[in-house]
Amino acid sequence: MLAFVLTLVLLLSIVIVLAYAERKVAAFMQDRMGPTEAGPYGSLQAVLDVLKLLQKEDIVPAAADKKLFKLAPILIFAAVFAGFAVIPFTPDLVPAGIGIGVFYLLAIISLDVVGLLMAGWGSNNKYAMLGAMRSVAQIVSYEIPAALAILSAVMVCQSLDFQEISYQQGVLMNFFPGLGSEVNWLFGLEALGINTTYVGGITTWNIFRAPILLVSFIIYFIASLAESNRAPFDIPEAESELVAGFHVEYSGFRFAMLFLAEYSMMVLVSLVAVILFLGSWNTPLPNLGPIRLAYWTTGTVGELSGMLWGGFWLLSKTFMLLFLQLQIRWTYPRLRVDQLMHLCWKVLTPIALAVVLIAGIWRLLMI
Amino acid sequence: MLFYIFAALAIVSGAYMVLTRNLLYAGFSLLITLLSIAGIYVLLFADFIAVTQLMVYVGGVLVLILFGIMLSSRVHDKSVLSENVNTVWGTLVAGLILVGLSYNILKANISSLPWLQMTVVDVLGDQKSTVQMIGIKLMTDFVLPFEIASLLLLIALMGAAYIATNKQKV
Repeated sequence: MLAFVLTLVLLLSIVIVLAYAERKVAAFMQDRMGPTEAGPYGSLQAVLDVLKLLQKEDIVPAAADKKLFKLAPILIFAAVFAGFAVIPFTPDLVPAGIGIGVFYLLAIISLDVVGLLMAGWGSNNKYAMLGAMRSVAQIVSYEIPAALAILSAVMVCQSLDFQEISYQQGVLMNFFPGLGSEVNWLFGLEALGINTTYVGGITTWNIFRAPILLVSFIIYFIASLAESNRAPFDIPEAESELVAGFHVEYSGFRFAMLFLAEYSMMVLVSLVAVILFLGSWNTPLPNLGPIRLAYWTTGTVGELSGMLWGGFWLLSKTFMLLFLQLQIRWTYPRLRVDQLMHLCWKVLTPIALAVVLIAGIWRLLMI
Repeated sequence: MLFYIFAALAIVSGAYMVLTRNLLYAGFSLLITLLSIAGIYVLLFADFIAVTQLMVYVGGVLVLILFGIMLSSRVHDKSVLSENVNTVWGTLVAGLILVGLSYNILKANISSLPWLQMTVVDVLGDQKSTVQMIGIKLMTDFVLPFEIASLLLLIALMGAAYIATNKQKV
């Protein structure tokens, strides 16, 4: 229960920071100032936006399917929030450490799709309907390259447990039960003979343990943009043609829920990318001989220092990816539907399949 | 206790799915049924089956059904309603299945089955999930059915692609 409340508070604060960052980044990229009035540098803008949304009237259109219309935002947010249950935030803090976390996450995200269909249908509006259709088609298609990219990481790590995958990517590996005598080699190749188990840092991140995972990280990142309906894959919400897509009829608190769900999805996919490919809560600084940067910036497991360093590294890496998402949004134009499907089925999926094969071979070289 | 909650949810939503006239509501109540059955799987220590159930049925089949309903009917048209047909035969077959199942369940005397009495509560033991065991079994004892299933799926995929192809009139 405590984990539930903590995760919710953490998520809300991240989303508020993100909403503010989005406006500021957008403004600077377009040579504007962005919000400046509320608070210093407009930093209270996002908080006030939320308060404003909560005060608004909750309008349910007369012709809408009222039950479905009211239920949909809750289902969408619940599906996304349930995904956070398996995310390890620090070396010893994970809300629900189940053994098949990665698989569970993939499955629970697909619940989101049902919620989107419910919202689109319940609104009884052709723009909402079209938006929901496009959104679902896009999410279902892009799940395939995303899942294949995740699969290649899982094959290298030999585990579906997020916490075990996290431990493998740093100096603390031998502390995890079952990994006591494992050894990390540079690039995962024992033949090179360079033991990086106690070097840690960036040399034990998954993209270094098996360099092919860099490709699957890029594939996953592109696919995750599509899964969270972000530009350049935001055709479900294309303002110029569909007004706002599936949430065009929502207002007040229910709109706030949808908005929160969309931003939580961004945070969730970035967290997954960080955990699977970019070393999770491990420090990027390696031990260099007597200069034990990795140990200094990891802290002690089970104590406050370990918690703080773990959380700090995880969140800062996540914010890096989120910033990249914002930057892409304001840099690339929106894709057409046929371009979207072409990219998914003819470019990303074949590359992802090849990467899975190479990752399997790499794993054979690692033992 | 949890089992009864999930079971009740599954039965209620399943009954609603059968009784409602609106096909779309039936689809959404199927969602609740599938979720509660996944919950029951978790209680039976079958975590992999539970998540696969979510992945395949909720993420795949159910979305496909809803998509089909939405694409094939106009909003609030008559065609989204389901109608009663074959009342007599339906009742007869369902009643027969019910009788057969209850007869078997009552006759089985489940609590005295030898494998059930030998089972320990800690089914998983050291392993954290059933994935590894399932993987090894699939690649050894059940590799033939596994490959045949994948071949069948491939054939179905090719057939679907062929049917959906936009054929040029020669």
